[in-house]
Amino acid sequence: MKEFGPDYYNITEMLTEEELLIQKTANDFVLNEFKPLVNEHYENGTFPKELIPKLGDLGFMGSSLPVEFGGSGVSNVAYGLILHELERGDSGLRSFASVQGALVMYPIYAYGSNDQKKKWLKLLGSGNKIGCFGLTESNFGSNPGSMLTRCKKDGDNWIINGSKMWITNGSIADIAIVWARDEEGLVRGFILEKGMEGFSASDIHGKLSLRCSITSELSFENVCVPDSSRLPNVEGLKGPLSCLTQARFGISWGMMGAATDCYQVALNYAKERKQFSKPIAAYQLTQSKLANMLTRITEGQLMAYQLAKLKDDERMNFLQVSMAKRNNCMIARDVAKTAREILGGNGITIDYSPIRHMANIESVFTYEGTHEMHTLILGEDITKISAFDN
Amino acid sequence: MMKIAVLIKQVPGSESPLSIADSNVWLDEEKVAYIMNESDNYALEEALLLKEGTQDCEVVVVSLGPERVKKIIREGLAKGADRGMHLNINSNDVTDPLSIAKIFADALKSENFDLILSGLQSDDLGHGQTGIIIGELLKMSTGSLAVSTKLDGDQIAIKQEMEAGFFQNVRMSLPASITIQSGLNTPRYPSLKGIMGAKKKEIKTLDIDSSDQKLKISKLYLPSSSNEITMIDGSPDQIVENLVKVFKSEIKI
Repeated sequence: MKEFGPDYYNITEMLTEEELLIQKTANDFVLNEFKPLVNEHYENGTFPKELIPKLGDLGFMGSSLPVEFGGSGVSNVAYGLILHELERGDSGLRSFASVQGALVMYPIYAYGSNDQKKKWLKLLGSGNKIGCFGLTESNFGSNPGSMLTRCKKDGDNWIINGSKMWITNGSIADIAIVWARDEEGLVRGFILEKGMEGFSASDIHGKLSLRCSITSELSFENVCVPDSSRLPNVEGLKGPLSCLTQARFGISWGMMGAATDCYQVALNYAKERKQFSKPIAAYQLTQSKLANMLTRITEGQLMAYQLAKLKDDERMNFLQVSMAKRNNCMIARDVAKTAREILGGNGITIDYSPIRHMANIESVFTYEGTHEMHTLILGEDITKISAFDN
Repeated sequence: MMKIAVLIKQVPGSESPLSIADSNVWLDEEKVAYIMNESDNYALEEALLLKEGTQDCEVVVVSLGPERVKKIIREGLAKGADRGMHLNINSNDVTDPLSIAKIFADALKSENFDLILSGLQSDDLGHGQTGIIIGELLKMSTGSLAVSTKLDGDQIAIKQEMEAGFFQNVRMSLPASITIQSGLNTPRYPSLKGIMGAKKKEIKTLDIDSSDQKLKISKLYLPSSSNEITMIDGSPDQIVENLVKVFKSEIKI
């Protein structure tokens, strides 16, 4: 950590040599390969697809899964550090890797048949195939259980009808993990392939956040899939929710990468920018901002690190993930805003990363469980009274 | 089998804070962020490319220094080197190229390497001699400042960078020790698989007695900045006249 940003509570000392080298590799990659491209893609609303094979070669997708299932068998701390570095570059890059690893590879790994694992996981891990994850619908975000997308058994096949909204990678994906409700009301997962009749994707335009990321709408009109494309080993909402727990874990790390980038940009600027007789870093108002930013980043780092240790010990629960996702998004949101303040007028341009991170964080704040829903999830656990219908 | 040694050195990173230790002869190790010497990283990549183009080839990364240098040995293994050698020395005392070259030559002799690659110079001390002296001590062919390499049977052809934009194509017989110029290839990133696999690769440690040395750093200090600025005032004509005087008499253009 300390090589690449603040590490006030010496987390570096707790990392293994492999974890440190993995972070360095991810940091080098983002600095050399991604950063030179990000502003243009952000302005154009595109994703640098040419980097996907490189991400695959390096092993950045689904890294914590075992090698035989397309991963690299690294610790959850290492996986978190990778996402930390990717999001230091841009949320769009981290979101790409999160979706591929936690929302596409993970469900196939956890709930897929042996044939499905054999067919897809190596191709996904190497970046030769791209995946997306369809749960959210235009009218059902926080309560996915009320989804309207339906699957109906038809002999050996299933017929799927409906649509999904806000789908990262949707239009560039070769496969989609789609969740649909059957006639008995059970949520089931399917692996849909690009080009299947009745399956289409169209991009959502006009985003002012996560611009360096493809976001799409998926639609299914009597899409006929064989039963062998159904994820056989899970039924019910716990399937998609368990995937989201994986992805939210990564977000809690990623957010600290974005916050660290904002902090470093603001700190360097404050030391160099002179107003009146001295650098603005010499003023108490700026120092107070920097002290708050550093304290909150340190808090978020410790939460993410301990969460990863719990995950490595297989003791992590979804409530802890809710807390970390909620907390670290809020920290990053505040740090990005404060960094922009320190940058003054220059801070509103794309030449300085904080306003880009700031706009991105608005998406992250809301996706993968809104800040409000995570508050209510924690509230329910604290009071044992649910504020929403389960 | 073709055996290639790559000599890699751990040096303070260019963005690392550099504070002088109380001894005034070296840096405060606690504060330094160490990295693999830049041109050594290119030498390593060149070796890995040669290995990929050669049947039955082994790449061994070798580093001299205290325990901390194992970090870059592991980095080399993660990138694809087959095994590592750590020439373990307790201090930063040995700084002269001849003594360093003797240590390497002694350690490498029995391995009978066909090729030794190293960066053209270290970013901290910058002598630029070690690789060549090692070659001489081991009675190998030597070449410096290579910007391309090509193995051809029991020979190696290299293109050397000369002064003033000239290049020289040289062919020499193996075994050879060649120093590599930065920028001749694109060093790879270690993949996660490589990093995880590096744990299983061998690092042989040889303890080195550092008593033999010909050169010592007597004082290390940061350059002091001077504020000697002479303002030339007056009318444009007077300024020009005075400026010309300064050019002629003081700067002596």
